[in-house]
Amino acid sequence: MISEQLVDLSRLQFAATAMYHFLFVPLTLGMVWLLVIMESVYVMTGKVIYKDMTKFWGKLFGINFAMGVATGITLEFQFGTNWAYYSHYVGDIFGVPLAVEGLMAFFLESTFIGLFFFGWDRLSKVQHLMVTILLAVGSNLSALWILIANGWMQDPVGATFNYETMRMELADFWSVMFNPTAQAKFVHTVSAGYVTGSVFVLAISSWYLLKRRNVEFAKRSFRIAAAFGLASAASVIVLGDESGYTVTESQQTKLAAMEAVWETEPAPAGFTLFAIPNEREMRNDYAIHIPYVMGLIGTRSLSKEIPGIAEIKENNRHRVLSGIDAVVALEALRADPADAAARAALDRHLPDLGFGLLLKKYVADVREATPQMIDRAVADTIPRVTPMFWAFRLMVGLGFALFALFAAASYYTLKGGFEHRRWLLWWALLFLPVPWLAAELGWFVAEYGRQPWTIFGVLPTHLSVSSLEVGSLYGSLAGFVGFYTLLAVADVYLMTRFARQGPGSLGTGRYDRDPGGGGTMQPAPAQPVRE
Amino acid sequence: MLDYETLRIIWWLLVGVLLIGFAIMDGHDMGVGTLLPFTGRTDLERRVVINTVAPHWDGNQVWFITAGGALFAAWPLVYAAAFSGLYWALLAVLWALFLRPTGFDFRSKLENPRWRAGWDWGLFVGSAVPPLIFGVAFGNLLQGLPFHFDANLVPHYTGSFWQLLNPFALLAGVVSVAMITFHGANYLVFRTEGDIQHRARKAALLFGALLLASFALAGVWVAGGIGGYVITAGADPGGLSNPLAKEVVAERGAWLANYARHPWTMLVPAAAFAATLAGLWLAARRKGFAATVASSVAMTGVIGTAGVSMFPFVMPSSTSPNSSLTVWDATSSHLTLGIMFWAVVIFMPLIIFYTRWAYRVMAGKVTVAYIQQNARSVY
Repeated sequence: MISEQLVDLSRLQFAATAMYHFLFVPLTLGMVWLLVIMESVYVMTGKVIYKDMTKFWGKLFGINFAMGVATGITLEFQFGTNWAYYSHYVGDIFGVPLAVEGLMAFFLESTFIGLFFFGWDRLSKVQHLMVTILLAVGSNLSALWILIANGWMQDPVGATFNYETMRMELADFWSVMFNPTAQAKFVHTVSAGYVTGSVFVLAISSWYLLKRRNVEFAKRSFRIAAAFGLASAASVIVLGDESGYTVTESQQTKLAAMEAVWETEPAPAGFTLFAIPNEREMRNDYAIHIPYVMGLIGTRSLSKEIPGIAEIKENNRHRVLSGIDAVVALEALRADPADAAARAALDRHLPDLGFGLLLKKYVADVREATPQMIDRAVADTIPRVTPMFWAFRLMVGLGFALFALFAAASYYTLKGGFEHRRWLLWWALLFLPVPWLAAELGWFVAEYGRQPWTIFGVLPTHLSVSSLEVGSLYGSLAGFVGFYTLLAVADVYLMTRFARQGPGSLGTGRYDRDPGGGGTMQPAPAQPVRE
Repeated sequence: MLDYETLRIIWWLLVGVLLIGFAIMDGHDMGVGTLLPFTGRTDLERRVVINTVAPHWDGNQVWFITAGGALFAAWPLVYAAAFSGLYWALLAVLWALFLRPTGFDFRSKLENPRWRAGWDWGLFVGSAVPPLIFGVAFGNLLQGLPFHFDANLVPHYTGSFWQLLNPFALLAGVVSVAMITFHGANYLVFRTEGDIQHRARKAALLFGALLLASFALAGVWVAGGIGGYVITAGADPGGLSNPLAKEVVAERGAWLANYARHPWTMLVPAAAFAATLAGLWLAARRKGFAATVASSVAMTGVIGTAGVSMFPFVMPSSTSPNSSLTVWDATSSHLTLGIMFWAVVIFMPLIIFYTRWAYRVMAGKVTVAYIQQNARSVY
C-alpha cells in the first residue's frame, strides 16, 4: 500500500514548485507583448524614448525570465522524479506535448531572448523587432503546449487503455491537440498573463508619476499598459466563461464543488453569489441566489440541468462498483493474457477502470472492498467544496476589479490628465500583487478541483506517485523551499532596485537617477577578484 | 508510416542525437562556466568569459530540457524508472542548474564584488556538477541499476545515492567532466584573445589529455571488469512494450559483443580517440574553431561508445535483469513514436537554422573593450 504521507508530500511539492514557477510565467507571457508594442512604435516613429522603454522594461523582463527558466526546469523533470507511475501510465500521450513544447517553443524563445538583449547594435531595427516578436511567439507557444498537456489531464480525450502494456496509449493526436478544454485553458491563461504584464507596467509607471519622475517615459508606458490591459482583462473574463463552459461538459464534479451545487436544481439553475457551504449536511447556509445565471453560464441553455453533488455521487457509486469488475478483469488478464472472459469483462467495464482503482487507496485487492471503503471512494470523487467555492469567487472578483482598474485607466488616458489623478495612480500601484493572486487562485481551482485524479476519471492521484521513501520527500521539499527562498530574495531585490532606479539605469543620460557614464565604464585597473 | 522496429531504432538514434546535441551546445557553456573562475582573474576578464556564451546559453540549455521531454514521450518507462530511481542525483542536477539562468542574468547587474564573486562560483557549480552527475549516471547504467518492476509495472528502486559513487562510475564522471571542460576550453580559445585565450589553451591541453587517459582507462575497465547483459529470450523488436516479457542474464564481456559482431562499430570509440588527439593539436595551435569541432566529434564518439556498447539495452537492471529496459520494450506506442519522429524532422532543421543565425549575428572575439563599451547592457 502506498503511504498517504508520501502522496500528500508529493502533491505538496508539486503544488509548491508549480505555483512558484507560475509567479514568473504570467509576467513573461504578458510583458513580452508590451515589449513588442513599444518596439513597434519605436520602429514606426523612430522616437528613441520607445527604444529606451523597450530596453528598460526589457531589463525587468530579463530578471523575471531568468527565474522562469530556472524554476521551469524542475517541472520538466518532476513528473519522472516524483510521479513515476503517472509518467509510465500516460507518458505515451502526455509526453508528446512536453517534447513538442521543447522543439517548437522553448528553442524559439530561448534562442531569440539572447538576441533581444545582445543584438541591439548588430541587427537592423526591423530585424530586432522580428527577434522580439519571435521571442513573444515562442513564449506564448510554450503556454499553448503545456496547456494542451494540462487540458488532457482535465479531459483525457483521444486515448485508450492497453492492458498488455498496462498504460494509456495515444489513439488520436488531433483530438488531444484541439481538445476544447485545452484551447479554452490556453486563451484564458495567456490573457491572464497579459493582464499581469499590464498591471506590472501600469503600477510601476504610476509610481514614477506619483513621484513626478521620468514623467514622459512613465506616461507613455502607462497608456500602452492601460490599453493592452483593458483588452486583456475583457478577454480573461469572456474566455474564463468559455473555460467554465468546457468544465461543465467535462468535469461535473469540479463545477458542482466550485458552485456548491449540492442538489440538482431545475433548469436554469441559479447562481450562488454568497454562501457558507456546509460540507457535513451537504447544504449551503446563508446563501444568496441569483436566479437563472448559473444555468446560462454553465450550459448556455435554459433547459439543461446542472447536476448536483448528491446526484453525481450516486452516479459515481455505480461507476466504482463497475470499476471493481474492471480491475478484477484486468488483473486476471495480466496473469493470463489468453483469458477471453476476462477480456470481455474488461471491455465492458473499461470506462470505469479508474473508479475501481480509487479503491486501491484502501485495499490492495479490490474484491475485498467493504461497503465503508466503497463509501469513502465515492466521497473521494468530490473535491472539498469550501476551498473551491471561495477560491473561485475570489478569483472572479479580482478579475472584475482588474477590469475596472483598466477601464478607469483607459478612460482617463483618453480623456487626458490621468497623470494628475492620484487616486487612480495609487489604485494601480496597490493592485500590483492582484493579478498574481488571481492566477494562483485560478490554478488552485483547476488542480485541486481535479482531485482525486491526476488524469480525470482515469488515474487516481494516489497511484501516480513514485515509490520513494517519505524521508526523501521531506529532504527534497526542504531543498526546494530553501533554494526558492534564496532565489526569491535575489529576484525581488533586483526587481525593486531597478524599478526604483528607473530608466536611468540604462545609462543613456536622458533620465533621472542616471549615474552617468553614457553606458560605458571607465577602464578599471586590473585587480584580482575578491573571493 | 514506418514500422515499429525501425522507429524504435530511429528513436534510439534520436535520443543519442539529443544527448550529443546537449553535450555540444549546452556543453560548451558548461565548460566555459566550469573554467570561469580560473580563466578570468579580474572582474573584466570574467565578464569577457561569461559574454562568450551570454547570448546563447539559454537556447543551448533547451537541448537538456528537450532531451527530458523526448525521453518522456519516446521512452516513458526510462523517464519514470531512471528519474525516480536516481532521485537525489537528478535533484542535485536541477538545483545546480538553478544557479545558471540566475547567475548569468543577475551577476553583473550589481557592482558589489562579493555578489559577483558569489555568482561566479554559482556558475561554476551550475556548470560543473551536471556533467559530473551525468557521467556518474552513465557509469552506473553500464553496470546496471538496482531496480525492478512489479506486476503493474510500478518501478521500484532499491539502491541508495551513495552506491552510485562507486569507482567505475566516478571514472565515468571524470570522463564526462573532462570532455565538457575540454570542449568549453576550445570554445574559449576560439572566442577570446590575449591572457584569457592563453589560459584557455592550457586548460584545453590539460582536460584533453585527461579525457584521453580516462576514456582509455574506462575502456580497459569495461573489457576486463564490468559485466554486461544479454537478452536470452523473449525480445520482440516489433512487439508491444512490455519489459517483463523477456529474459536477460548478466554476462562478463557482453558490452564488447556488438563490436565483435559488427566490427565497423569500432570506428565510434576510434573517432573519440582520434578527434581528441586532433583537438589537442588544434588547441595547441590556437585554432579555436577547428578545435571546438574536434571536441564535438570526440564527445559524439564518447557518448556513441556508451550507446553502441549497451545496445539494445538502455537501462539494465542489476537486481532483476528481466526488468531491464531495452530499445524494444521501453518505448511508447507505434503512433506516438511516429508523431514524435515527424515533429523532430520538421523542427530540428529549423532550430539548427536559427541557432546558426544567432551565432553568426554574435560572431567575433569577445574583448575587454567590448565589455567596457557596453558595461550596462552585457552580462
